[in-house]
Amino acid sequence: MKKIEAIIKPFKLEEVKDALSEIGIEGMTVSEVKGFGRQKGHTEIYRGSEYTVDFLPKIKIELVITDGQVEAAVGAIIKSAKTGKIGDGKVFVSGVEQAIRIRTEEKGDSAV
Amino acid sequence: MKRHILTLALLAATALGALNLQAQTNTAATNAVAAGTNSVAASTNAVAAVPTNTPSMEQRLESVEAYFQNGDPTAPYKDTNGNWTVNFNSGTYIINTNLTNVQGNYVSYPGAGHNAWLLTSTALVLFMTLPGLALFYGGLVRKKNVLSVLAQCFLITGLVTILWVICGYSMIFAGTGAMDKEDVWSGIIGSPKIAWMLSTVTSAPNPGYSYWVSENVYCMFQLMFAIITPALIIGGIAERMKFSAILVFMTLWMFVVYFTQGHMVWGVNGLMNGVWNAGAKIHAMDFAGGTVVHMTSGWTALVLCIILGKRIGFGKENFAPHSVVLCYIGTAMLWVGWYGFNSGSAVAADVIAANAFTTTTIATAVASFVWPMVEWIVKGKPSVLGFCSGAVAGLVVITPACGYVTPQGSIAIGIAAGIIPWFFVFKVKGWFGYDDALDTFGVHAVGGTLGAIMTGMLARNAANPNFATNMSKYVTDTLFQPLVWEQVKAVGVTLLLVIPGTIVCAYITKALVGLRPTEEVEMAGLDLAEHGEEGYHS
Repeated sequence: MKKIEAIIKPFKLEEVKDALSEIGIEGMTVSEVKGFGRQKGHTEIYRGSEYTVDFLPKIKIELVITDGQVEAAVGAIIKSAKTGKIGDGKVFVSGVEQAIRIRTEEKGDSAV
Repeated sequence: MKRHILTLALLAATALGALNLQAQTNTAATNAVAAGTNSVAASTNAVAAVPTNTPSMEQRLESVEAYFQNGDPTAPYKDTNGNWTVNFNSGTYIINTNLTNVQGNYVSYPGAGHNAWLLTSTALVLFMTLPGLALFYGGLVRKKNVLSVLAQCFLITGLVTILWVICGYSMIFAGTGAMDKEDVWSGIIGSPKIAWMLSTVTSAPNPGYSYWVSENVYCMFQLMFAIITPALIIGGIAERMKFSAILVFMTLWMFVVYFTQGHMVWGVNGLMNGVWNAGAKIHAMDFAGGTVVHMTSGWTALVLCIILGKRIGFGKENFAPHSVVLCYIGTAMLWVGWYGFNSGSAVAADVIAANAFTTTTIATAVASFVWPMVEWIVKGKPSVLGFCSGAVAGLVVITPACGYVTPQGSIAIGIAAGIIPWFFVFKVKGWFGYDDALDTFGVHAVGGTLGAIMTGMLARNAANPNFATNMSKYVTDTLFQPLVWEQVKAVGVTLLLVIPGTIVCAYITKALVGLRPTEEVEMAGLDLAEHGEEGYHS
């Protein structure tokens, strides 16, 4: 089993969710995060005081899927999340040792 | 060390100035008492004969008509020397208002319409503080300090009310014009005893301030002004002054600055009450509080923010407002409430209130338009905070002027209010580097001072018939009429009181409880450490 973590632009969440759903991946965990890479922050001006805000809001999607689904999932995420501009985000793939469904106590591939 | 020397120098200068003023008033006092003795002798002779005729239907009708003109309902019953020409002993006459029960069956009633407007205005001005100002300031601070602003506003509401009832109202408004006999310091500090615990304040009008508004209503109305003035100071020292220090400082400040300034400008015994005190030394005018409310709070905020020092991380960390939305809501509440503040200061539902409502609207709307336009041109984007700041600036500058200028004059005031305070906030603050956290100095001090001067330039007889009584020499309907110089003098006296007064109050507070919280408390935010609460739970 593999874990996919994808950091994407917030407005792309619906598109990515739909794209994953089309290839049969229905479950995911989503969190609101802040971060930056090469995309610079912005400046806010309040009554003459300027503040540079470095951190940008992003969405992190986490999926745990079978090894066989990884290529399709990564492809779907990249295709739906890409805008072509700086700040599109990144996808990370890592290994997962065990996965258990709490309700039925199934283990392994049938749990994801 | 330098700050201490500067402080001592300022104190010395004040002492000299004050002694000079005292010397002048003492000389004047001696002359006035001599004159007073003569007039008492004269009136004793005139009152000797008691009238026997009862009021005629015509006199009673004239008395009722006075209600519509906000005039004196006892005038039809008196001769030109002010002596009664009728006898009220047989029967009860309803439309009467006087605080001295001269003879017979006297019933003192307020006038329904005027009283209703002042009741409403009082609620509106309270609304300005709770929650108008609380949200306006609350939205501008960082999330970890939002509750400290709300708490300080509510603290001041209760604290000032208690002081007001005990002796504050008395110190500003008690008296009948005999300032040398009634005041603690003639024309400057009023008597805390005359209306101690509001003992003389009833539902009957006090003709020194209004023929038709209940004195208790007027007292509550003025209380709301006394509340919002110290609350404004919070803006200058937000996020870095201890709650206990606020309690002590505000208590001292009310006595040293507010009750004194209020007395000088608005008390019938006040030495700067040009419109209503024939014995005033400075013939200035302040309709709803340009000097009393905005200059005092604004300049105090500046002095205090310098004494306190800058917030930790100022200029380096992100001090952006945590909610411009709350600030916007507060601004709108301030504008609506300000109608009570300005138009209610006519102390009647009359033509002057109508004019004040008009000028307030025009000046505020124009300023709220101009400020963001200037931002757009200079900075590239009009901000919501700019709209809010412009509106408040407009409200501040029109405050002393609203009942005295024409609608045309209010346009000029609106334009000036959108530009000059903007300049102080955007440029001057940066040049000098003081941490006026929420721009209380930039908007209220500058706006109040600007308003006082512009009132001098733009007051017109057409706008207010009351100038004829004591101000005809000063309001000549020209741009640089003699009133301007009187206003400048009033501004000077105000600064002479406020700046040293604040320094004294601040250092006493510092000695008693200290001013700033510890570094850890300030960095973590005042809300948890001082109030045990968080504004939001995410």
